[in-house]
Amino acid sequence: MNDLIVIGAGPAGITASVYAARKRMNCLIITGDIGGQTILSSDIENYTGYHFITGVELAQKFREHLEQFKLELKVGDKVNLVKHEDGIVQVRTEKGEYQAKTLIIASGRIPRKLGVEGEDEFKNRGVTYCATCDAPLFSEMDVAVVGGGNSALDATLQLMKIANKIYLVDVADRLRADPIMVEKAKGSNKVIIYNNAKVKQISGDKFVQGIKIERDGKEEDLTVGGIFIEIGSTPASEFVKDVAKNETGEIFVNCRCETNISGIFAAGDVTDVPAKQIIVACGEGAKASLSAFDYISRL
Amino acid sequence: MMSKAVKVYTTSTCPYCTMVKNFLKEKNITFEEADVGRDRTAAKEMVDKSGQMGVPVVDIEGKIIVGFDKEAISRELGG
Repeated sequence: MNDLIVIGAGPAGITASVYAARKRMNCLIITGDIGGQTILSSDIENYTGYHFITGVELAQKFREHLEQFKLELKVGDKVNLVKHEDGIVQVRTEKGEYQAKTLIIASGRIPRKLGVEGEDEFKNRGVTYCATCDAPLFSEMDVAVVGGGNSALDATLQLMKIANKIYLVDVADRLRADPIMVEKAKGSNKVIIYNNAKVKQISGDKFVQGIKIERDGKEEDLTVGGIFIEIGSTPASEFVKDVAKNETGEIFVNCRCETNISGIFAAGDVTDVPAKQIIVACGEGAKASLSAFDYISRL
Repeated sequence: MMSKAVKVYTTSTCPYCTMVKNFLKEKNITFEEADVGRDRTAAKEMVDKSGQMGVPVVDIEGKIIVGFDKEAISRELGG
């Protein structure tokens, strides 16, 4: 049986695994990708040791560090369920079932969905959650951006350079992104801002052709070829039912990264630790791993 | 073994595109790159081939792989 299973290979999961390897723990890592949300950070200027590094480059450094050790790595798998029985952790994935004495949940966060009709159906067919990736495909088209925070405004500013018309649809009465970004968007004749507006439906045939929004109790149809959903993220903690979480789904941890279940630890952006930063996630991963090691040595 | 024709559809800003390219380079695979942000014809070609609008898309001799799917890419290259 494994000493430890680590779910996730972002900064928290990779650091936890490196520490586990150095403690000679028998460790299995289950993850969708290597790098996690780090990959999506464009320019990083606050990771100690690097004045400047891109997210892709830092993720590559993490991967190289991880590959120094002979660890069992399952990439491209997804955890469906975690159970804890008689002091043993059981992890069921799409591809298999695994057991361990301890578990570190470092599954990070995933983009929040709107939860409206047509969203899943048109994913990657006009509906996108990665403006950085996909924006250039929507050149000269009319598009909608949903959200009012920095990531929504970031998408809007990127699209201003290439798209025809941009509808910025936000539920709040005013945009809460940094004023410098809001001013830029408001200064563009391409951007039409809809405050107090809710997306009700996404429609099309093969690709997105329009959205239905509701404002002041009235419905309105907008003809768009793309919809960029930038309404924040949600912790990837659905697969574990028994650990205590806050109202947003973040796993409660104490200063040792322990959850309410002994033998199960959590680290990084999936937890209720407030600073969602790469360097913080790394530190938390290290702590979780050392706590798991302590736990095993006391068994 | 004959090397297969590989075409990668990318945008200049997409991190997963960079990862796909790095992965292919590591494996010494020669590939053609089409920046769909700049090249409208390539963009249309990519949408037609994959039936979707997300990047990256990898075309290995007509087999279409959407996203950075290491396993699928390796499988196609190895076969």
